[in-house]
Amino acid sequence: MSQQRPLLIPSPRTPGKEELPYTTVQLKPISENPKPFSGMDSNSNSYPQIVNENSSHPDFIRNSSSQRSTSSIQSFHSKASGGHSVREVSFELGSKPSVRYGSRGADSERFSSSYKEINDQDARLVYINDPEKTNEKFEFAKNTIRTGKYSILTFLPRNLFEQFHRVAYIYFLAIAILNQLPQLAVFGRGASIMPLAFVLLVTAVKDAYEDYRRHRSDNIENNRLAWVLVNDQFQQKKWKDIRVGEIIKISANETLPCDMVLLSTSDTTGVAYIQTTNLDGESNLKTRYAKQETQMKNPEREKISGLIKCEKPNRNIYGFQANMEIDGKRVSLGPSNIILRGCELKNTSWALGIAVYAGGETKAMLNNSGAPSKRSRLETHMNREIIYLSIFLVVLCTIVSICHGVWLRRHKDDLVLMQFYRKKDYSEPKVEDYNYYGWGMEIFFVFLMSVIVFQIMIPISLYISMELVRIGQAYFMIGDDRMYDKASNSRFQCRALNINEDLGQIKYVFSDKTGTLTENKMEFQCASIGGVDYSGGKAIAEDEQTGYSLRVDGQVFRPKMKVKVDPELLSLSKQKHTDEGRHVHDFFIALAACNTIVPLTVETSDPALKLIDYQGESPDEQALVYAAAAYGFMLIERTSGHIVIDIQGERQRYNVLGLHEFDSDRKRMSVILGCPDNTFKVFVKGADTTMFNVIDRSLNSNTVKATEDHLHLYSSKGLRTLVVGMRDLSASEFEQWQSSYETASTALLGRAALLRKVAYNVETSLSILGASAIEDKLQQGVPEAIESLRNAGIKVWVLTGDKQETAISIGYSSKLLTSKMTRILVNNNSKESCKKSLEDALVMCKKLTTDSDASRRGSGARTTEIALIIDGTSLVHILDTELEEQLFNLASKCTVVLCCRVAPLQKAGIVALMKKRANEMTLAIGDGANDVSMIQMADVGIGISGQEGRQAVMASDFAMAQFRFLVPLLFVHGHWNYQRMSYMILYNFYRNAVFVLVLFWYALFTSFTLTTVITDWSSVLYSVIYTALPTIVVGILEKDLSRTTLLRYPQLYGTGQRQESYNGKLFWVTIMDTLWQSIAAFFVPLLAYWGSDVDGSSLGDLWTIAVVILVNIHLAMDVVRWYWITHVAIWGSIVATFICVMVIDVLPFLPGYWAFFHIAGSKLFWACLLGITIAALVPRFVVKIFIQYFRPDDIQIARELEKVENSRESRDAEIEMNPIFDPPRR
Amino acid sequence: MNSNTPSTSAGAPGSADSTAPRRNSKRPKYSRFTQQELPACKPILTPKWVISAFLLVSVVFIPIGVVSLFASRDVVEIIDRYETDCIPLDSRNDKVGFIQSRRDKACNRTLTVPKHMKQPIYVYYQLDNFYQNHRRYVKSRSDQQLRNPSNEDDTSSCKPEDTTANGMPIVPCGLIAWSLFNDTYNFTRNNQPVTLNKRDISWKSDRDHKFGKKVYPKNFQNNTLIGGDRLDSSKSLSEQENLIVWMRTAALPTFRKLYGKIEVDLQAGDVINVGLQNNYNTYSFNGKKKLVLSTTSWLGGKNDFLGIAYLVVGGLCFFLAMVFTIIYLVKPRQLGDPSYLSWNRNPGGR
Repeated sequence: MSQQRPLLIPSPRTPGKEELPYTTVQLKPISENPKPFSGMDSNSNSYPQIVNENSSHPDFIRNSSSQRSTSSIQSFHSKASGGHSVREVSFELGSKPSVRYGSRGADSERFSSSYKEINDQDARLVYINDPEKTNEKFEFAKNTIRTGKYSILTFLPRNLFEQFHRVAYIYFLAIAILNQLPQLAVFGRGASIMPLAFVLLVTAVKDAYEDYRRHRSDNIENNRLAWVLVNDQFQQKKWKDIRVGEIIKISANETLPCDMVLLSTSDTTGVAYIQTTNLDGESNLKTRYAKQETQMKNPEREKISGLIKCEKPNRNIYGFQANMEIDGKRVSLGPSNIILRGCELKNTSWALGIAVYAGGETKAMLNNSGAPSKRSRLETHMNREIIYLSIFLVVLCTIVSICHGVWLRRHKDDLVLMQFYRKKDYSEPKVEDYNYYGWGMEIFFVFLMSVIVFQIMIPISLYISMELVRIGQAYFMIGDDRMYDKASNSRFQCRALNINEDLGQIKYVFSDKTGTLTENKMEFQCASIGGVDYSGGKAIAEDEQTGYSLRVDGQVFRPKMKVKVDPELLSLSKQKHTDEGRHVHDFFIALAACNTIVPLTVETSDPALKLIDYQGESPDEQALVYAAAAYGFMLIERTSGHIVIDIQGERQRYNVLGLHEFDSDRKRMSVILGCPDNTFKVFVKGADTTMFNVIDRSLNSNTVKATEDHLHLYSSKGLRTLVVGMRDLSASEFEQWQSSYETASTALLGRAALLRKVAYNVETSLSILGASAIEDKLQQGVPEAIESLRNAGIKVWVLTGDKQETAISIGYSSKLLTSKMTRILVNNNSKESCKKSLEDALVMCKKLTTDSDASRRGSGARTTEIALIIDGTSLVHILDTELEEQLFNLASKCTVVLCCRVAPLQKAGIVALMKKRANEMTLAIGDGANDVSMIQMADVGIGISGQEGRQAVMASDFAMAQFRFLVPLLFVHGHWNYQRMSYMILYNFYRNAVFVLVLFWYALFTSFTLTTVITDWSSVLYSVIYTALPTIVVGILEKDLSRTTLLRYPQLYGTGQRQESYNGKLFWVTIMDTLWQSIAAFFVPLLAYWGSDVDGSSLGDLWTIAVVILVNIHLAMDVVRWYWITHVAIWGSIVATFICVMVIDVLPFLPGYWAFFHIAGSKLFWACLLGITIAALVPRFVVKIFIQYFRPDDIQIARELEKVENSRESRDAEIEMNPIFDPPRR
Repeated sequence: MNSNTPSTSAGAPGSADSTAPRRNSKRPKYSRFTQQELPACKPILTPKWVISAFLLVSVVFIPIGVVSLFASRDVVEIIDRYETDCIPLDSRNDKVGFIQSRRDKACNRTLTVPKHMKQPIYVYYQLDNFYQNHRRYVKSRSDQQLRNPSNEDDTSSCKPEDTTANGMPIVPCGLIAWSLFNDTYNFTRNNQPVTLNKRDISWKSDRDHKFGKKVYPKNFQNNTLIGGDRLDSSKSLSEQENLIVWMRTAALPTFRKLYGKIEVDLQAGDVINVGLQNNYNTYSFNGKKKLVLSTTSWLGGKNDFLGIAYLVVGGLCFFLAMVFTIIYLVKPRQLGDPSYLSWNRNPGGR
């Protein structure tokens, strides 16, 4: 049921794979595909490469040595290769035990796209500019898109089919069908179908409307125009007529109609910039490259022909595999050569591309999956109670049928002639039994009939009410002004509609750090260059508000963002000829060059002033480039082959000869530059852990040592650090590198692994340049929010990929950790040491808690709080082993848990551990692609729609802009939703059970034959009209406590965690209450009219109205806040009931004609109504008062508090007090 | 670096495209409804409210209870159970045989009026253990046929009493009509006949709309098995009031049906002789038959239940009001006292 959506593998945080630079090197055509490995079927022919891959990663082998893990990888791989979505991880986290969170072997990163060969039978052949030939053999999808689910013809069957996935509906359908059998027809045929038909109709209308809107937007999409090459001329064509193989011309700011391979662009080097906002929400520009072979061609003048062999359509938006045969040469194509439907072309005046995937086969459409479907815990519990109700129903039916059997036995001699039960039919010449099937069958039929009569014991309307209530709740959550973020102009989003009430029961919050607790807006803070720390003098830097700027031809260029500069460093950066100056120079060149940032010039209102905006995927890189610019190393141009850096007013051109992209194993990236002085240099930047392995300590050990000290200092301040190193390449070294780089980057087989190997070879014996420190500011209101969450009894866990020191310091600044806490650190490298430290920690925990118990008894001090800090390496040894149990025991004793250096799948593993063992509600919140697995694993997943794209949001159930919104979301909306929904479910059970029990009692007075005096129509309308609206209104609008109170006392959230508003006890109490109320409602009229000449229909009307009034007054008694809408709904329902009963009774063809007017004319009727209402509700009222007075729960006290304060305030004529925690609106 | 104001850095990477029109603010429109801040009344159960609610109920219920009890006591009711007494002694072993035989069923009963009875005095027959609400029985009728002469073939729901043996439709069809009650009563006082008005005993709405003025009985009680009374086939159904009364099926297995009205006062001590034809077979299912003469009150017939119920509920509420008053006095609790909040009661205990 849950988590069926495959998750896309995250794009790495620093340079994306698609930034693979274009290489100008001509590659040799490869004539043949490599032979498939013998003895293997074609689908799994890449398996040996995995083994090959393993050899370079010993830890993989170790972890995969267990049988289980190996098999999981194999199955995983064959699955992936079937769809050619190699980088796509499509396992189901919830259901497949084969995924090992602890094992790094399952890390999907390993299955990189490039070592996958395309088989002929799996490939799609696209003949360039020849759509006829392309589509000849296989009819590829047209470019029409259809997001609508139904057409007019298929709507009815498909919609019904989908709706009947609900078991309850099948139950009601079965009953309706039973009722159609003549022997069992209890209700009129129409009446029995009505409730189900109504529910189906409402849902169908909703679906139809949604589908209509989809169709309409499809239509608009399909009729957009694009320029397509037809007969060597570009003509306008509708999007839906575009076919695979056609050449399409796109102008700037146009949206792409389908997935295309770039042929040429307006830029001479073949660069095109695209914006992928519509695809993944990332708004920065990405670069795509046309191949040199096609860049020079103009299809209007010379005919292009060639063949593209590419993989079958798949949903991996970050991967693409193809090769192109053109002019007898074979060129390989990668993700950087394809532009996808839905993207926009920017900063490029035109681009030509050839359509390779169209319509429903485009990656954008393949990624269009709906919101995840989860089921709320309340609903799970509700289903348990529904089973109880079903048992209850069966019991009632059994009682009736057994009694009926007894009655038949006792009267068995009389049945033939009895006036009211004449067994024989004398109207036919041959006298025979009339509708009598022997008493065994009779009992059976009575049983079935009683199921039909008592069917609404299982409340059909509950499902639709719950849906409507959730829509209403979502409406209020989305519309909440306090969860709107002005800075990003985003509202709260509800993506899943089924789990609103889970928000009120959260016990564990798992949070990502970067972008969730922090803003993910990086600011360059300080640097350590050549062993000297430049972090002082910020105050002086404030004066230099103008920042660095550049004058060219009377125009001023200035970086868009200003950076505080260290004056000492600034002056150093201007000296060129000192040793230190050179060092600083190299450091900043590295910052400016070793990245994938694209500089853009932005016009301002002042024509003389232009801003330079650095666009890139990694905010860290942006910060570094801005920093370099502020010190006078301004990156002003980047093409695929070179960059231009303005160094202190002097333009320098560097050739970018190669770039080794960032990957999560190396945790560094490097760039090989050809400098203006004809030297070759490699610049590397990366995380300290991996950088110190490749830095040659012998070169200047003092600097290395000093830098290490500085790094420690920075990270303890909570700064993100990067280490920068460089090396001069000799000509021979360079040539060696270049040849291997060329081979690797054009390889069709195992490209990523080869490139990585090249990178490992060149990134060695570096000399250290320095280290940079970037601050990632805490989001507004995070410490307060965390404190509130902790007060509410919610355990907050932070799972981060950051270093331990950084994580701890962020922990302190966000008040997650306090100085009072005892810290337990677990970081070990082996299973044995893990085991030992866990045991030690447990012992310590025990000691601390007993100590504090003792001290509490003495002084009443609070329990000692324990914080557990554990790192990813230890988790590798703990997760999926028997140590899990110990970790769980330890973690559940701790107030705070901080996991650092954890991989995405480990995050999910930790969530799964707690979810599985603690059986408490978990919530995961994160913003990045690395949080996707965790978000999908948790009961409630929240995506932060922040700086890092939308993958987390796409996978989430709810999305919001800021971490602090968690507080109003959980404490206010979650609490309300939980209270509302639990009350509504209980009330629905009660409401239907009262009605059924009244029918049941009556059945006992009809010789157990299930006559209903309440008309069919009233039975049907009972849950649809008479009593439906008030529940829905109360379910949407009821507020047990005001927002202010809920925020002031976070502890009130505990009611949801302890399941105080819906539990087994409450259910049974409700059922007992229901029994009494139905007895009162049934027997008062029965005894009052006993032995009178009242007829069935009149008494039926009395019972109908009595039950409806009773049920509505019962609701009215529990309503806390009376809005005018509530009044309308409750009193309106009673009035509507009267009207309906009257209408039913003026239809002369029904037996109850005019009955209501007769009975309502008597005073006894009204006396009965009043008597029933009071007598039925007195016990409930008394119990309610006793509980409220003697055992008041927190909600009750808080409600009284609200009232008392309100009256006090109005007395003092004060203005309404401000909420204690209501962050100032920005 | 981030020295610019938050608003200009709004979606910093997004603003690369400065030519794009600035997106409209998605800020939710403020209204008291969307922010769930509608004015609301939030009543709370203070002791004052609780006690006054209980007192109010008892103040309303006790008088009503007393008044209805009096009304019920004012009703004079004569009940005469006759189903056994009207069987000749020699046939009491085989009551069913007697009732099915063609013997004379006449029977005389003597009633004494205990108290002055004001007119109108309603004459009912009361049947016990007769399930007029039995499901096969209730369904065995055709409302269409009763209303409209053109629908006389509409007898599908009337089985087993739908057509005669040769297939002619029975009007009125069905078990209900077939089992029409057929005991008759005549009243004499001091050898003077007391007139019994048998008109207007049914609902006017039934006579006007439910039973057709042009529908005449056809083939009624012509089958081998006679269930009850015959009908005058020259009178339309809307005039056959005993049938209309009978067809209003009773809600409960013990029921009364109006037989007629005596429109003179009866004095206390009057002796009334009832000439009775005991035709109806209730013996096969041990049904009781009773003749009832009753006056009415504003609340209906003689039934103490409602009065007693009101008194009980009213009394209980009064008692509860007292109990709560005492509780509130003896063990007062300050409403809205934060020290009662669970986390204040046992600090650190969670």
